[in-house]
Amino acid sequence: MTKFLLKGLLRDRNRSLFPVLIVTVGVATSIVMYCFMHGFMDEAVRSNARLDTGHVKIVTRGYREIATQLPNDLALAGIDGMLPALERDYPGMEWTPRIKIAGLLDIPDESGETRAQGPTFGIAVDLLGAGSKEAERLQLGGALVRGRLPESPGEILVSEEFASNLGAGIGETATLISATSYGSMAVQNFTIAGTLRFGIGALDRNTVIADIADIQYALDMPDGAGEILGFFPNLVYDERAADRIADSFNRGVEQPLDDFSPVMVTLRDQNGLGEYLDLARFRISVILFIFFFVMSIVLWNAGLMSGIRRYGEIGVRLAIGESKGHVYRSLLWESFLIGILGSITGTAAGLAVSYYLQEVGLDISGMMKESTILIANIIRAKIDPLAYYIGFVPGLAGTFLGRAASGIGIFRRQTAQLFKELEA
Amino acid sequence: MKRFIPVILLAMLAPGIAGGSEPDSARVGPPGMGVPPTGEEILERIDENLMVDRAVSTNTMIVHGRSGTRTITSRTWKKGTDRAFVEYLSPPRERGKKMLRLEDKLWTYTPEPNDRIIAISGHLLRQSVMGSDLSYEDLTENHNLVEKYDAEVAGGEEIDGRPCWRVDMTAKAEDVAYHARTVWVDAERWLPLREERKAKSGRLLKTTRITEVFETGGRWYPKRMVFKDMLARGEGTEYIIESIDFDAEIPEHMLTKAALRR
Repeated sequence: MTKFLLKGLLRDRNRSLFPVLIVTVGVATSIVMYCFMHGFMDEAVRSNARLDTGHVKIVTRGYREIATQLPNDLALAGIDGMLPALERDYPGMEWTPRIKIAGLLDIPDESGETRAQGPTFGIAVDLLGAGSKEAERLQLGGALVRGRLPESPGEILVSEEFASNLGAGIGETATLISATSYGSMAVQNFTIAGTLRFGIGALDRNTVIADIADIQYALDMPDGAGEILGFFPNLVYDERAADRIADSFNRGVEQPLDDFSPVMVTLRDQNGLGEYLDLARFRISVILFIFFFVMSIVLWNAGLMSGIRRYGEIGVRLAIGESKGHVYRSLLWESFLIGILGSITGTAAGLAVSYYLQEVGLDISGMMKESTILIANIIRAKIDPLAYYIGFVPGLAGTFLGRAASGIGIFRRQTAQLFKELEA
Repeated sequence: MKRFIPVILLAMLAPGIAGGSEPDSARVGPPGMGVPPTGEEILERIDENLMVDRAVSTNTMIVHGRSGTRTITSRTWKKGTDRAFVEYLSPPRERGKKMLRLEDKLWTYTPEPNDRIIAISGHLLRQSVMGSDLSYEDLTENHNLVEKYDAEVAGGEEIDGRPCWRVDMTAKAEDVAYHARTVWVDAERWLPLREERKAKSGRLLKTTRITEVFETGGRWYPKRMVFKDMLARGEGTEYIIESIDFDAEIPEHMLTKAALRR
């Protein structure tokens, strides 16, 4: 019967083309929507992790309380001893120290007087250490606009927008004015090695990136760092593993606890990301549910319309002696084939569009100009295993249920009425 | 009830309630202090004590921060109320750093290899000086209290065994670092032994204490002070004047920007 129905569907375009097209479009749209939202969430987590939070982060308790003030007077001390211990205790994780700085970047003229000055946010990372993956992790190579990455101490990277605003060029001296870990004014000269465009509005405005050893010297914090970030391999965040590692680390911290006791927090514990992720997941679930529900209704309706349109044909089939049950089952089987066919073509089309959005992305920089959220200006979709079969839910169920509902009318048909319809 | 009547009658006879211009508490100080001068008179006496024509001093600042104690020594050349030059002598990290104040302008100099003169303005003025509880704003402030504040005597108290007048000061204009101050002024030596500096909201921003004084040339001068920034978590900053010469010659070129690089 399957072969017979397939032939019927292929030969009669009215029976196949329109329903399959509707299912294809519905399924494809559902998949693109799912992949794009998934990509948005994933990008938010990834950007925050690599630029700010890590997958886990170690800070002092005092630092954690007022982290937004970048309190480097409450920085971790003795990190040269901590890092090997972390690598030993948590193999597989990558640990790296960072210092965040707020201050001013001052561009001097020939006489050493201020020519231009602007507030800056600085990130000190291990740029020059042997085997450091920080440049790769921060994707500095791809973000480079002019110049090169720092190769020797005393060199910094400045965001392209900031450098342009200050009128500073490659090779020029820039003085970082900040506060030492003791609170006194820190003044340190650097040479601008290159300029960057991160593609993240919050960072492109006024960011400076320097090697951590230079900043440790400038801020008078030898062997110190504001934060130690931990990353899972391949930058894939594992929420349960992060919780497990943080619990294990925090249990092992020596008592009594004070402002300088280290504490490990997970990505979820920082910047309200936990609440954000929960809320975003809930909203995405609601949006997807509503969308899939609406799509199911549309496809159901298409199945319904298709069934009603074929009342004449059904009448003839009943008139020539085909049983009502057989007609109903054949319609259901036919709808199943349409659903399968539409879901396959829709999934293929949806995955193709999602793949394009995954590779090229959607530019939202216009919306992010004043934003302080660490999220890329180009949002990319993300195809995950679920994307390969999630479209079958509305595609198959909607079509099947629609046809099942419309087909119920078959059992209400009276033979006398059928002949009247045929005569008309 | 009868025993309260004489008290109420006495109170009614007091000039504060009977329509006198001075507040009640200002009329009578602690036993032996007598009738206080007006707030303005007290501020004038403080200004006379603390304002100098010129002075060269060597100072030690002990900063009790959250992560330990640091000692910073400096030498200061001061002329009038609004010109001063400071050179830091130790610790090695701060040695050679200089600071120049000319009226309401302030510059810092960081020696080689940075060799930078930075003008301190805007929000940098609120930054701590060498990690202490003093801000650059504190340093640029005009110390002529009579010009900047209205003052009212709020009573008399004993502070560290010294009879003091408590004076509430309110800024006459907006261009001051602290909108309100309460000072406890030594009634004999006319030094503000304790002070609370507050924001317009009433929030306490800073406290100061003079813990040791000395007499020179007929005036009393602080020898050791403790500053505490109430918004910072440290234990405060001790400021000690190790030596001071009120007669030292200060050449004019000392108080110029060119002197910063010398």
